[in-house]
Amino acid sequence: MIRSVLFTLIFLPGCSQPLPPAMASDSALAPSEIRSGLTFLQPETQALQADDFSNPSYLWVDHGAELFSRTPPSGGEACATCHTATNHPQEGAAAHYPAYDEASKSLVNLEGRINLCRERHQSLPPLAYESEDLLALTGYVASLSRGVPVSVSIEGQAAPYYEMGRAYFFQRKGQLNLACSQCHNEHWGRQLRGDTISQGHGNAFPAYRLEWQAFGSLQRRLRDCDAGIRAEPLDYGSELYTAVELYLGSRASGLPMESPGVRR
Amino acid sequence: MRRQSALAAAVTIFCSGCGQADGAALAARVEIRGDAIPTSLTGEAGRVADGQAEFVSREGGHCVLCHRIEGLQAEFQGNVGPDLTGVGARLTEGQIRLRIVDAQRIWPDTVMPSYYRTGGLRQVGREYEGQPALTARQIEDLVAYLSSQGN
Ligand code: HEC
Ligand code: HEC
Ligand code: HEC
Repeated sequence: MIRSVLFTLIFLPGCSQPLPPAMASDSALAPSEIRSGLTFLQPETQALQADDFSNPSYLWVDHGAELFSRTPPSGGEACATCHTATNHPQEGAAAHYPAYDEASKSLVNLEGRINLCRERHQSLPPLAYESEDLLALTGYVASLSRGVPVSVSIEGQAAPYYEMGRAYFFQRKGQLNLACSQCHNEHWGRQLRGDTISQGHGNAFPAYRLEWQAFGSLQRRLRDCDAGIRAEPLDYGSELYTAVELYLGSRASGLPMESPGVRR
Repeated sequence: MRRQSALAAAVTIFCSGCGQADGAALAARVEIRGDAIPTSLTGEAGRVADGQAEFVSREGGHCVLCHRIEGLQAEFQGNVGPDLTGVGARLTEGQIRLRIVDAQRIWPDTVMPSYYRTGGLRQVGREYEGQPALTARQIEDLVAYLSSQGN
């Protein structure tokens, strides 16, 4: 009886019925329940990440270490010349990205930051997103923050980006009309076929994904989630995805950095 | 049965004619009565065997992403949605049809996709634009398969 009354209520307004919510309900993760995606993986996958010798990411990270200390063929300074233990140290730096960059007046993620140094300090062109060299450098720099708690600033100039990223996270989209929050806030821990849905943190990225058989950026992972709900993925390096990265960082505050991670 | 008669009293609405503006536009005109779509979308009965294949296959409905059915041959059945074992004994054909066509009409916050919806969506992947996730025929096959469960 109650059910039928309910249905009448739902259907009565007919054509003038209210819009189905374009935004998913505003659920949030309680800070006390924040867990890394690592904890949802099979023990074999966890073991791959834990052992630097079997973690396939190190193919990229080791290459990154080499690039970091290599003098550019065109001359000028290597990253390692400027970045030392006392001068703009790289240890812990990645845990603060994305961050607002005053000079370019934009939000930059770690990839963007590295490219800024190439342009500003090495007079080199930016590396393409998802190119082997950019992945390698990003993976190497991120690896120097392993274990450091994620801590991004969402104050001041970063605030509007935080709001933008947050809105995207709760926005239903794609042919399947789903929001990130519906899977990663409301259904984490559940089985989506062979995957256990995690809370959707970015602290392991760049990471080696078994599905890619390659090392890839956080934005590549975001593109996969968007494609999964049949939404048109955004361009690599787009302001909006970078804003989503910022929102994810803030949401994961305190979680130790794991990059170079291993994921399914 | 009691539910059926109560529902018959519910107002019938012709949907999709309502236009894209209300955000719930379906791929074709569909008559919804209460919480059901009483008539076949194709005018024909679906095929149980094809429906079972749709339920499992990644290219088809891929319903096992979120649902399980006891005894079904498919590895890793999900549990984001309810167990659909014996669902045909719980729900009428028409009720199952509406749940596949537009679950969000019943549960606005659900993660279950509205498989016959084309309107009021954003950022739809280029290759999927203007098309529902499943065709009328695929949906009818699924309705036939699920209705056969528990009966
Ligand atoms: C000539 C000096 C110089 C070179 C070469 C250089 N950087 Fe930098 N880097 C800086 C300075 C200075 C900063 C501080 C921000 C600024 O002024 O651009 C910085 C900032 C950074 C940061 C952000 C650190 C933080 O805590 O926010 C990262 C990451 C970084 N550089 C990585 C690299 C990488 C990778 C390379 C090589 C591809 C590189 N840098 C080459 C001078 C350099
Ligand atoms: C239909 C469900 C679903 C939706 C919607 C979804 N994801 Fe995911 N996401 C997954 C699954 C499944 C995985 C792989 C398992 C895991 O780590 O959660 C994943 C993985 C991730 C990861 C990697 C987590 C890790 O530790 O490796 C991130 C980050 C992420 N998603 C963010 C997002 C964002 C941002 C959105 C929206 C743009 C989104 N997801 C939408 C299901 C979803
Ligand atoms: C992303 C997850 C997801 C997918 C994919 C999905 N469903 Fe569902 N389904 C649900 C959830 C969750 C519910 C329960 C509704 C609610 O409370 O949100 C549901 C409910 C149902 C019900 C009603 C069950 C009952 O006992 O009331 C039927 C029937 C159903 N789904 C069939 C299907 C079919 C057929 C497919 C594939 C074409 C499918 N579902 C795909 C999540 C999903």
